[in-house]
Amino acid sequence: MSTTTAPSPGAGQEDLARLEAHWGERASLRSWFSTVDHKRIGRRYLVTASLFFVLAGTSALAMRTQLARPESNLLSPEEYNQLFTMHGTAMIFLFATPMLFGFGNYLVPLMIGSRDMAFPKLNAFGYWVFLFAGLFMWASLPFGAAPNGGWFAYVPLTDDRNTPGLHMDVYTLGLLFLGIATTAGSINFIVTALKLRAPGMSLNRVPLFVWAIVATAFMVIFALPALNLDNAMLFLDRRFGTHFFDPEAAGNVLLWQHLFWIFGHPDVYIIVMPALGIVSAVLPAFTRRGVVGYVLIVLAIVSIAIISFGVWVHHMFATGLPHLSYSFFSAASTIITIPSGIQIFAWLATMMLGRLVVRVPLLFLVGFIVTFVLGGLTGAMFALTAFDQQVTDSYFVVAHFHYVLIGGAVFPILAAIYYWLPKMTGRMYHEGLGKWAFWLFFTGMQVAFFPMHLSGLFGMPRRVYTYRDEPGWDVWNMVSTIGAYILAVGLLLVLIGVVHAIRRGRPAPPDPWCGDTLEWSTESPPRPYNFPVLPQVHSLHPTWDQPSRSSMAEDATPDRILADGRRTLFTSELDGRRERVVEMPEASLQPLLLALAMLVFFTAMLFAWYPFAVAAAVAVAVIIAWWLWPPRRPEEELGVAR
Amino acid sequence: MSSRNLAAATSTEALTTELPVGRSTGWWGMVMFVTTEATLFACLLGSYFYLRFQHGGEWPPGGIAQPKLLRPLVMTAVLLPSSLPMIWADRGIRRGSRRRLRYGLVATILLGTTFLVLQATEYAELFHEFTLTTNAYGSLFFVITGFHGLHVLIGLTMLSWLLAAALRGGSFGAHRHDRVRNAAIYWHFVDAVWAAILFTIYLSPRL
Repeated sequence: MSTTTAPSPGAGQEDLARLEAHWGERASLRSWFSTVDHKRIGRRYLVTASLFFVLAGTSALAMRTQLARPESNLLSPEEYNQLFTMHGTAMIFLFATPMLFGFGNYLVPLMIGSRDMAFPKLNAFGYWVFLFAGLFMWASLPFGAAPNGGWFAYVPLTDDRNTPGLHMDVYTLGLLFLGIATTAGSINFIVTALKLRAPGMSLNRVPLFVWAIVATAFMVIFALPALNLDNAMLFLDRRFGTHFFDPEAAGNVLLWQHLFWIFGHPDVYIIVMPALGIVSAVLPAFTRRGVVGYVLIVLAIVSIAIISFGVWVHHMFATGLPHLSYSFFSAASTIITIPSGIQIFAWLATMMLGRLVVRVPLLFLVGFIVTFVLGGLTGAMFALTAFDQQVTDSYFVVAHFHYVLIGGAVFPILAAIYYWLPKMTGRMYHEGLGKWAFWLFFTGMQVAFFPMHLSGLFGMPRRVYTYRDEPGWDVWNMVSTIGAYILAVGLLLVLIGVVHAIRRGRPAPPDPWCGDTLEWSTESPPRPYNFPVLPQVHSLHPTWDQPSRSSMAEDATPDRILADGRRTLFTSELDGRRERVVEMPEASLQPLLLALAMLVFFTAMLFAWYPFAVAAAVAVAVIIAWWLWPPRRPEEELGVAR
Repeated sequence: MSSRNLAAATSTEALTTELPVGRSTGWWGMVMFVTTEATLFACLLGSYFYLRFQHGGEWPPGGIAQPKLLRPLVMTAVLLPSSLPMIWADRGIRRGSRRRLRYGLVATILLGTTFLVLQATEYAELFHEFTLTTNAYGSLFFVITGFHGLHVLIGLTMLSWLLAAALRGGSFGAHRHDRVRNAAIYWHFVDAVWAAILFTIYLSPRL
């Protein structure tokens, strides 16, 4: 493609040509559908998740417009119910996690010095499933059949008596479908981080972002089954007449809430954790030093991942559970603020001890700290049962979790977009435009959501499509709506900034920020094989230390160039000792076919075309069997006893 | 160039006599998959106990009789030992014995199929008394055992697929047995889960 490739002193021209031949993909329609390159898949995750973000954000703007004035008739109650449900569901499931998984997909192999993910085809499959599940859910909206029971879909509101129609079936099946992608992606992250790290990258040299992604993936492994089971039970109750949630037949409605929040609270950290990893990854470049307290942050990440499974009942303080359980979960919810606090103070200390370089990514990090700490403050208030019971289901809760999620996820995501845009596109963004975007977004965020604390304390319940002209409500609702539009303009400027950078941005050097992690020692954008020479890692900040850098240049050895095929290295799980060279899979259409067969299955289940569903399930089995069928090898290579 | 030759002669590959070195990505992937599946079963069995103790009254509710024990115990005696021929086959192919792989797979498949047939006869009998839609107990009973039965079926599909590949030849040997290993992990998991189900569904109501 580009002829400006600086010949790496480590790998000769001949090696580079061979690497290009084995890893490069010709631009064609087929390669577009069959690619397994983690960078292309990562970019797709980012673009698709952004698309769902725009849809969910537009839903929010429609709702804010409706709520700007009392007794407005812009939206009907039915439309409003679908919009707030799709807004929440899409922001949580179709934007936040996939967006962060997109960054993970793009960055994890680069940061650990590998040439791809552990399971490249599974990675492609995960993307297709995510795309199809997202479209599956959004496609219901134009038909007025979108989910309408809120993103946490409490029974008995969502059972077949109270919510007839396809609405909640779209929800349960859509999330079950999406769960396949999330689980596949998580397993891939864990195995990649365990086995594909560059030689020398022992666990204590793993970048914090990778730690965060792996901890997130472990949370998904243990949390998502609860949601999947919950949705499967609700679907069975609604469609096939089981009685899991039916108190008249020995069922229990609270079972839904327990299972949902056993998933749901870890999910808050599933969303926020990788975003915190982004903060730890971006900060060193703009403070010119490593993040303070690496070990403490790693311990904080791990302990948050564990404690997050012991706090779910604080979502249920108003359900009349025994008081003893309130005390326990109240205490656990208070304890989890400690590791979160450790991370915040570590970043503040990093900023204090470092030399600040005020660029757009750093601005978003500061915006993150301010906003997230405010959200954490109201979060600590909720840990107190008595306060929680006063404000539950009011706009105070809405204000709280938007501070947490916009503060804890969207600000870091925006920082990440500006920070890694040069790496992904090879182009620099426009600094002035970025600063405008930041200030508009930051102001809009505060103006939109701070007043919700007040309207909540004044008693305004969440999820109402309109309200009477109560004292204090109308002013703050109007302010919130104005804030929402300012926020939207800020996001529009981000989009314009990205498009401008891709179209007109000046070319980016390989390392525009003098960053510390390995992705900055590849070209911008990286070649399909990532590293001409796989690095030998000597420290936590390999791009800042001379031996690691020269291991990719003058100290290159052929056993780290591996140009005779599509090859990369396995290393040992803990110490990152070299184990063996492995062959990576080629591009394939199987991932797309498998995802399509699953789409047919879930669509058939939705419309109760069961024979089609059975046929699709058989197709799924056949495609998997074909995918994994062992290649035929000569006896000697297999090692067969005579 | 001589330093490069020296490096090649002293590299890990050159010095390692046994292949493959270390755990494979496939092994880790299967272990993680089984972990998430085990969590799913834990949630399912947890839901059983939650509904039982929240219900508070007699269990099973609605005049349903206590589950009979004889058949499930026979099913246990069929399924749990089915891991043994699988282990034998797995160990065999690691030493390059394709004969052990084939016979071991056949034995495991036969035992697994017997289990499913027994489960089908149990269902046929129970359907006279209660079904999925009778009450929450019926839903739990059939969803838990049915979901496990589905796992046995998937496991059997995997084993049959291995057997087909093993019969073709050129698939597995002492250096290439990842797929056998991974399918074996899945099969052992399906067996182990049955023990938890036996305790929950059949034994715990009698406690």
